[in-house]
Parts: sequence; structure tokens; C-alpha cells
Amino acid sequence: MNERKWWPVLALTLLVVASAFPFYWAILASFTPEARLFQGPSLVPGHLVLDHYRALFTQRNFWVPIRNSLIVAGSTTAFCVGVGSLCAYALARLQFRGKLALLGFILAVGMFPQISVVSPLYMLLRSLRLINTYPGLILPYFTFAMPLTVWLLVGFFRQLPAELEEAAMVDGASRLRAFAEVIVPLALPGLATTAILTFVYSWNEFLFALSFTLGPERQTVPVAIALFRGMYQVPWGQILAAAVVATAPVTLLVLAFQRRIVQGLTAGAVKG
Amino acid sequence: MASVRLEGVKKTYPNGHVAAQGLDLQINDGEFMVLVGPSGCGKSTALRMIAGLETPTGGRILIGDRDVTVLPPQERDIAMVFQTYALYPHMTVRQNLGFGLRMRGAGREEIEQRVEQAGRALSLETVLDRKPAQLSGGQRQRVALGRAIVREPKVFLFDEPLSNLDAKLRVETRAELARLHRRLRATVVYVTHDQEEAMTLGSRVAVMRDGFLQQVAPPMELYLRPANQFVAGFVGSPAMNFLPEKEVPSALNPRRATLGIRPHDIQIVAPGTGDENAYVELVESRGSEQLVYLCLRGNNQGPAIRVVAPPETRVAPEQTVGLGFDRERLHWFEPEGGRRVE
Repeated sequence: MNERKWWPVLALTLLVVASAFPFYWAILASFTPEARLFQGPSLVPGHLVLDHYRALFTQRNFWVPIRNSLIVAGSTTAFCVGVGSLCAYALARLQFRGKLALLGFILAVGMFPQISVVSPLYMLLRSLRLINTYPGLILPYFTFAMPLTVWLLVGFFRQLPAELEEAAMVDGASRLRAFAEVIVPLALPGLATTAILTFVYSWNEFLFALSFTLGPERQTVPVAIALFRGMYQVPWGQILAAAVVATAPVTLLVLAFQRRIVQGLTAGAVKG
Repeated sequence: MASVRLEGVKKTYPNGHVAAQGLDLQINDGEFMVLVGPSGCGKSTALRMIAGLETPTGGRILIGDRDVTVLPPQERDIAMVFQTYALYPHMTVRQNLGFGLRMRGAGREEIEQRVEQAGRALSLETVLDRKPAQLSGGQRQRVALGRAIVREPKVFLFDEPLSNLDAKLRVETRAELARLHRRLRATVVYVTHDQEEAMTLGSRVAVMRDGFLQQVAPPMELYLRPANQFVAGFVGSPAMNFLPEKEVPSALNPRRATLGIRPHDIQIVAPGTGDENAYVELVESRGSEQLVYLCLRGNNQGPAIRVVAPPETRVAPEQTVGLGFDRERLHWFEPEGGRRVE
């Protein structure tokens, strides 16, 4: 009995350590003075300072990229979930010719290597005068995040019994009303999950953000961090401090929604 | 309230399955019409077409005098009770009951009042603020029923509403439905696969098979004068016995037809004194009656026959007995197609 329990515990411990260690290291390093970082850093915390964080928000004006990222990722998520849920609902419920082909096509858009569209997109955005603007990032993110959103939501909507909206329609609701009053509240856990994934994707996106912004006033967090590197030095302490700051909102978001997701799952399970 | 009329209604699904092959059915104002048949016979599709959840591929559907064939469900003024009840899990019982009224733009006070009223009528007062997940099966069923009656629609549609209840509750709810129908004088279309439910509830019963209507008649007429062999075998429990032409006892003046006789219409008598002798294989005692399984020619030989005998009849397995057929209750069916022969 004991022998059986020993191995999984060890495996799990290793897995947790392997995935948590980089975090631990990043957080520790972000509080360690620059000089100490390069002279035999230690795994045990000692002599912690807030220098890097202070520098981040005074010298680097890190608030601006955070604001930019929040606006871009937030808008992308809102658009994606708003439009995507209607699209996914249609794909999940309505019978029409070429549905499978359409689903495949949507998936294909998501498979497209981003790098291959950077230059055409740049030309397009430039002629629309959208370079270095928020819409200039939100629109490309929207197109690239949409397939994931739609596919996830189609899955969630299919799980809901069709009879619920049929009942709503017999009760006098239009299809759209049935969707809003019955389907959306029930799919909330799925919508939340999808929103988080879309948000994380837009929050971390680098290539488009780098290509379609020109100056610090529109740069997002990943781009700003990447541009911390100077010609002669890499300010590791600040980079890691920025990474911690950038990860925090996403982590908080997931933690905040996690309860909601679990709640939704169990409520669905006991349906009689 | 209103009548419902189906005129040559057809439904072929995109995959080629034909669920309705030209249904003509008149459901009168205030009538309790039961659609019954084995699974896959098209009864649910017919109901869903009346509800507007499926669009017919041919024919017309009228509610009252209005052609509703292509109208969406919300414009038909009907209410439906689903087999799974389809209660909105995120709403309280009160909100579930009031949903239809709210969708039709009723005022808050009116909704409140009518929900309370329906809650009282179905003894749901104490659970009005609970969610469906906290209710028992019977309570959920009543909420589904209540959701239909608060709206006072033109037509009620029921899709196997009792099949998720246990046997005792099913019988109780069945009686409650019959009372409800009498009180509301509502037009009801009710789908079930259970012939007993159909017989006890229906003012008239429509028997369906493979997308065709087999017979539409009051329950007693279905039982006493089935239009064909399928209806004869489907209605009544235990099912009717059928003897092919060659096996019919000569005492019964055989015709060129299959004989049908119900287990209740055969008497067990002393061997040699009836129309035919038979070998008893098994006797099931049901208290109020005995169900006797026999074979016409000895152990496991010849056609099987079931007889329902009164409890005082002395009969035991491995015995040979005589069978007396009630001459008034013989049914004859064409060997091909199974149509009734008078």
C-alpha cells in the first residue's frame, strides 16, 4: 500500500517543483540587487530590495505599457467573446449546408503562422492609418483569437440541452432572447474560460505588438520588456520585476474566475 | 382554446429519414388527443411540428383558423411540457413559472399573481424560491406543468411527460392530468409510447407507425374494433393473440384471414369441451387474475397463446386444458397488410 503511494507523490512533487521553480526564481531575482545577481546568486532569499520595482515605475514609466496591454487585451476579449458567442451559438445549433467546412476554415485561420502575415497586415494597417493605434492591434488580435474562441464556445454550447432554448421559444422568447436569457447564463463558466484564454493570448502576444507599434506610447507589456535591453547591458532585475508585474493581473484573473468555473461545472453535473 | 388541424403534413429529414408521411388529423377544441406508437413512429416529430420546433416539408398546420405552418414557436400561443421538463436551472421556480408571461410582456403584478395561483393549484407554494436542482422529480414535473398552465395558451403539448417518474407517481400524475384537463377544458396533444397512458387519458387516440396514422378513435373503439393487426397488437395488455389462417380451430369457421383474440376473451375449460385443447406452459399469478401461457400442440409445439383467467380457475403447468373462444370478440385481419375484415 505504502509502496504504491510513494511514486505518485514523488512524481507530483517533481512536477510542481519543475513548474514552480522558474516563478520562484523570477520573483526572488526581482527583489535581489543587481550586483548580487551576478555574484553567485543564492536560492535562499536574503537582502531583498524593491529597487527594480521602483526603477520600473519611475525610470521606465511601466504604467504606460500596462495601460496599453489592458486596453488592447480587454477590448479584444470583449469583442471576441461578444461576437464569437453569437457565431458559436449559430454553429452549435443551426443546421445549414457547409457547416463542417466552415468550422474547418475557422480552425485553419487559427493555424496560420503569424509571421507570414505580418508584412501584408502592416501594409494594410498603414493604408488604413492604424499603425501605432489601439485598433491597429485589436483588429489583428481579434482575427487570430476568434477561431479559438469560436471552437471553445461551440463545444460549451453543444453541451447544453437544446430543449432548454426550445422551451424558452415555446414560452414566447425569440431565438436571440432565448440565447440571452437561457443559454448565456448557463454557459457562463464556458464564457469565462474562453474569455480568460483570449485575454491571456492578447496579453502575451509579441510579434504583432512589436511590428505595429512605433513608440513607447502604444507599446504593450511584452514589447516594453523586450526593449529593456540596452546596447551594452541587460537589466535582468528589472526585466524579471516587469515579468512579475505582467503575470500578476492574469494570475489574479484566473484565480478570480476559477471559483466561478468550478461552481458552474458542479451545477451542471447534478442536473436531473 | 382552439382546434388544431394537420393537413397532409409531411416531414423528411435531410438525412432521408421520413418521420411523417402525409398526416391528416383534426384535433377538436377542448379535446385530449393522444399520439401513441412505438419509438421512431413519428409521434414526437408530429408534436414538434405543431409546436413549431420543426418545419414540415409538406402540408399545412392550422391552430384555430390560423395557418401556422411556418410560424416560429413564440408566435403560436402554445405551451409545451418536455420529457426532460427543460426547467431553466438558473432560475427559481417562481421565475420559471413566470418566464412565459414575462416574455409576452405581462406586468409584474399580473405575473406575481398568476404564478402564486399556479403555485397553489400544483402545491408548489413552499418551493417557489428554490432552484430546480433542489426539487424532487415529482415537483419538477409539476413545475413544468405549471409553466404551461400559467400562460393559458390555446393548445397544450405534452411530450412523454410521465416517463421520468416512478410507477406510483406516474399513476397519480396521470389522474392529476385528467382532472386538470377537465377543469381547464383545454385542447391537449399528448405524445406517449405507453398504450395504457394513451387509453386512460385520451378523448381520442391516434396510433402511429412508421410515419403513418394507423387509426384515430376513442380508446374503447380502438380496443374493440382495431382497424388493423398493428393497432390490435399495440393496444391492450397483455397483447392480443394472433393465429395464422392454418392454425385457427375449425370450430370457429376459419376465414381466409388471421384470427385475433384478446387474452381476456378466451376461457379455460375442461379438456375436450372447448374449441381446442392446449398445453399449459406457465402460470403467472397477479392476484386479481392469472396470466396463463399455453401452446396449441403440446409442450413448446405450435402457436403460443396467452389467456387471462379469473383467480379461481384451477390451472397448473404441464396440464392440458380446453380453450373456449368468445364468438363475439373474434377479430379477423387480412393475411397481407393486416387490414380488419368484417
